[in-house]
Amino acid sequence: MNAGLRLTLAGVGHAYGGLTVLDGIDLVAEAGEVTVLVGPSGCGKSTLLGIMGGLLRPTTGSVTQQGEIAEDCLNPLTYVFQDFALLPWRTVAGNVALVLEGRLPAAERRARVEQVLTLVGLADFAGAWPNQLSGGMRQRLGIARALATRPACLLLDEPLSALDAQTRELLLDEFAGLIATTTLYVTHTLREAVRLGHQIVVLSRRPGRIRHIVRIDRPLAERRSDDPDLIAIEAALWQMIRDDAAAAARERLDAVR
Amino acid sequence: MRCVDGAVPFRGGGFAPADRTVVAILSLIGLVGLWQLGASAGWIGSLFLPAPVAIGRALWALTVSGELWKHLSASLTRLAIGWALGTVFGIAVGVAVGLWSAVRSPAMAVVAALFPIPKIALVPLFIIWFGIGEGSKIVTLSFGVFFPTVIATVGGVDNVSRSLIRMGQSFGLPVWALVGKIVLPAALPAILSGFRVTSSIAIVLLVAAEMIGADRGIGAFVLSAGNLYDTDNLLAGIVVLSLLGLTVAGAIGVLERRLLRWRG
Repeated sequence: MNAGLRLTLAGVGHAYGGLTVLDGIDLVAEAGEVTVLVGPSGCGKSTLLGIMGGLLRPTTGSVTQQGEIAEDCLNPLTYVFQDFALLPWRTVAGNVALVLEGRLPAAERRARVEQVLTLVGLADFAGAWPNQLSGGMRQRLGIARALATRPACLLLDEPLSALDAQTRELLLDEFAGLIATTTLYVTHTLREAVRLGHQIVVLSRRPGRIRHIVRIDRPLAERRSDDPDLIAIEAALWQMIRDDAAAAARERLDAVR
Repeated sequence: MRCVDGAVPFRGGGFAPADRTVVAILSLIGLVGLWQLGASAGWIGSLFLPAPVAIGRALWALTVSGELWKHLSASLTRLAIGWALGTVFGIAVGVAVGLWSAVRSPAMAVVAALFPIPKIALVPLFIIWFGIGEGSKIVTLSFGVFFPTVIATVGGVDNVSRSLIRMGQSFGLPVWALVGKIVLPAALPAILSGFRVTSSIAIVLLVAAEMIGADRGIGAFVLSAGNLYDTDNLLAGIVVLSLLGLTVAGAIGVLERRLLRWRG
């Protein structure tokens, strides 16, 4: 696994037509750290992730990357999607192999597929179809596919939001063990933010601007969900977001009316 | 106020039709049996509608004499080439229309303008352009197959989840891999549904094209038998066409089960 890339955002803004969703974002995602983006619904978290991952072009500003990319890295900036984005016509192994085909010789490809499936506990399901897997297993497959490319930066867009509470809790612990490179993580759930984030970026309601940045330096392996310090940080984050979240909800209601 | 006392009435049944192969076969056998009964009893005249047994005898005679294979092989060759050409070009254009704005507007305008034209009306024109031989017949078939294939493919591509395409892009897949490994497999159910329509259209156009300027082929055989009021052979030719349609539909069904087995 790579130590990771360092991403620097300078004056990043984005508008969909006349609707500005992000404005003046200056941020550094340090190499090897987990940067979590939180904020009220519609504040542009996923848009910002899309810009950082090169899937969206910023309307203003720029994103630059610094760092060394390992020889075995096949896709430096790698996404994990909220809806898993699995190909239903490919088996579990086939979904992982998709991102290695044409890039690795067959034997090496098979070995890497087996390695990442073992890592996420899906080795026994290599021949299964995605529709035969539970939601949690599907997202583990999404993670395995991402890890197979040995990324220098992982971008996770609400990876647990489509899952039930129990599966979320289990996968959260697994993520903490699997993440070993620069990671950008979008979530609505502050519990996930404090469990995984080294740097938690709180965005304001639309247009999203950085309101606060909270650092947690405790290593991920030492964090527990029932840790009083983390619970206190979670409460503080909620204080920062609550007013904006309520205002954003009121705006959506007004728009519907 | 209304008092109730008893079991809760069941209201959830029905609206779940099942395919029963045995019932389907028995229905066909029953229909043919009734037809034979009507002919044997003299209720249906042999010129008006030949009996199934007479059609069977005519078919057997055609098979033994080699006449059937002579016509069938000519038709199958035209059908295979014409359908394949129309399908390949239709899928290629359909994918391009579904994915690229520069192709979409002009191509859809052309499709909308040409699709409603009865292709049979164009056969004389194709004969002038491509000659009375195989060219005009194959082009007629291809032309008829092309447009519904484009429309089915565009529908399939339009419905491909953009999330899957973004996933492919996020992993840096080249355009050919995005199309070949994501777009086409995702659009395949719609394309295969289109095959059911285009195979029937192809058979209809095949017969029509063979009726205009051909001495071999099931269409030419049916026309010739009709001109002679040889209704036994006429119906034998029609039975062959029906069996051909059933075989093609069966083959598409096998293809669907094989290629779409992931749907479970």
